[in-house]
Amino acid sequence: MSKDDNLLESLADNEYEYGFTTDIEMDVAPKGLNEDTVRFISAKKNEPEWLLEWRLKAFRYFLQMKMPQWQNFEMPEFDFQDISYYAAPKKKTLKSLDEVDPELLDTFNKLGIPLDEQKLLSGVAVDAVFDSVSVATTFREKLAEQGVIFCSFGEAVKEHPDLVKKYLGTVVPPGDNIFAALNAAVFSDGSFAYIPKGVRCPMELSTYFRINAKNTGQFERTLLVADEGSYVSYLEGCTAPMRDENQLHAAVVELVAMDNAEIKYSTVQNWYPGDKDGKGGVYNFVTKRGICKGNGAKISWTQVETGSSITWKYPSVILKGDNSVGEFYSVALTRNKQIADTGTKMIHLGKNTKSRIISKGISAGNSQNSYRGQVSIHGNSSGSRNFTQCDSLLIGDRCGAHTFPYIENRNSSSVVEHEATTSKIAEDQIFYLNQRGIDTEKAVALIVNGYASEVLNKLPMEFASEARKLLAISLDGSVG
Amino acid sequence: MLQIKDLQARVEDKEILKGINLEIKPGEVHAIMGPNGSGKSTLASVLAGHPGFEVTGGQVLFEGQDLLDLKPEERAREGLFLAFQYPVEIPGVSNMTFLKTALEEIRAHNGLPAFSAKEFMKLLREKQDLVEFNTSLVNRSVNEGFSGGEKKRNEILQLAMLNPKLAILDETDSGLDIDALRIVAGGVNKLRSSENAFLVITHYQRLLDYIVPDVVHILSGGKIIKSGPKELALELEEKGYDWLREVETTE
Repeated sequence: MSKDDNLLESLADNEYEYGFTTDIEMDVAPKGLNEDTVRFISAKKNEPEWLLEWRLKAFRYFLQMKMPQWQNFEMPEFDFQDISYYAAPKKKTLKSLDEVDPELLDTFNKLGIPLDEQKLLSGVAVDAVFDSVSVATTFREKLAEQGVIFCSFGEAVKEHPDLVKKYLGTVVPPGDNIFAALNAAVFSDGSFAYIPKGVRCPMELSTYFRINAKNTGQFERTLLVADEGSYVSYLEGCTAPMRDENQLHAAVVELVAMDNAEIKYSTVQNWYPGDKDGKGGVYNFVTKRGICKGNGAKISWTQVETGSSITWKYPSVILKGDNSVGEFYSVALTRNKQIADTGTKMIHLGKNTKSRIISKGISAGNSQNSYRGQVSIHGNSSGSRNFTQCDSLLIGDRCGAHTFPYIENRNSSSVVEHEATTSKIAEDQIFYLNQRGIDTEKAVALIVNGYASEVLNKLPMEFASEARKLLAISLDGSVG
Repeated sequence: MLQIKDLQARVEDKEILKGINLEIKPGEVHAIMGPNGSGKSTLASVLAGHPGFEVTGGQVLFEGQDLLDLKPEERAREGLFLAFQYPVEIPGVSNMTFLKTALEEIRAHNGLPAFSAKEFMKLLREKQDLVEFNTSLVNRSVNEGFSGGEKKRNEILQLAMLNPKLAILDETDSGLDIDALRIVAGGVNKLRSSENAFLVITHYQRLLDYIVPDVVHILSGGKIIKSGPKELALELEEKGYDWLREVETTE
């Protein structure tokens, strides 16, 4: 074995930067899951009767459903009775940011998400979700001037019940899969956004998710509706403290794009990945789906996945409107004993619809990284096209990269293209960079960033550099 | 600046360098010539610290330091530069990012502050002119899709940017047409000073018409079998490498 192989082999357990906990008084529901839990959450949130009924229906689905068996890893045993389904900071969030608990402001400051509007990244409105509830949403008034609604899910239920009722569960129905059913039954908060006809949302909308409490799950729901001819760019980020036990995060995201509307949804996922032996970490079981409901609509998913001990998510697009466009750009980096089984579904229903999938997997350590994607062109979807490029990069020789493409084309005038590559970081590349004064760790980070640049370039500018840094930090200790 | 004493090295089980002795002083240009397989590129790789070669004996001092003790990146930061025979492609990493990263590593090592973007761009433009490097190449990924000549020019651009004490040019002339050769050699000549030194490895005398060496060494069978003034290169060109075998057997 050459010297470089040794360098690539030696794995260190570097610090997870966001592993601190916040000490704050919490209102926590007792552990356990039954109809009363669902009623408890709904009551806590003062929800209308229709929503409680919707939740209870979902809960009945949940009881009948089984764990998926098709994924490329052994499904961990979930004890749904051993989780608390509701945890909220005790001090109520009030009307203005001045009234947010300083402890919470401090927490988000540490995470690099100042909630003080003066200090915010200009042009980004943030909804900050701490465990089960939204603690603050910034720039609401400014957005309201243009008719843009951006608030926590709980507020949306109260203030815009018609919109919520109209779209909730229309893209990801409660019976879609067991985690979606669970979420529908017990979701506690999340973000809601509505962009009215013809409005180009003047700033990036963003939700920042933080799990803090012990033995809790986080079940948030995001619903984004872009009306005719509107545009919105949305970003979510996530972190959690380092804890020895696993924490379940089962979110649902629904996107609706009407005629000629465009939604750009970006995720930088950095949940605690567990330690080097695979102890602890977040189970990230998320259902994300968008529908291009109208003609000429466009939905674009971009994700940078570096955290979680298990990532199970397939942000998808249903291309219902004619001439609609779906995109999926993904970088998934796994190391130590992390598992990622991620990809997308592009369901072509309308005519002349286009989809594009660019997936970049990076595996290091003992990790397993799978791309799973479905491209389905239905019989009436004439003149449609899909292009898929799916690349895997291996660092060291104990990790795995897997590709599971499912391709189905029922219309002879439509075209599907699939390209896949697997490569290793060449020792020659590392030596070349070494010879220019760059150490092996930085060299690998540079090579990986270069490899992922096609996807990273799709992120909003403010976050692209963050994501590059995150990739470099996540690799820290994977080499040298 | 550089003292090589009885350097021996092998790759896997094959002995390639069998006792190299060489001394280079500041301001000097040394050329190493020799037939294919004589160990020229191995010498360059060993000096740069390529992990594929194992040093089995001898010593190398660089500015008084034990060079063989240093990691490749440390050698680079101390001022040793290798212009690769086959420059490597790094997809997705812009040439500019690469140059800035390398330059800052070396500057930090020498206790110098990082350049501002403006200072860096000024230096880059200056050096680009020096080596007649096309601006559009700077924004492209490192060596990706570059022609052979562009890759070699990129090596010289890096050399100009990083300003090393000792530059080893490993068959920089291979694959270059006469115009590219003139540009590459012209760049090197402009970079020569009384403080730096060059070790030019080449198979052909042609390059030495442009980069005129102070000393020419002939490497054969892993040893330097003859050293002399620049005329030695001409003599070798005229008589061919077969002549060496006679030299070897008589000496």
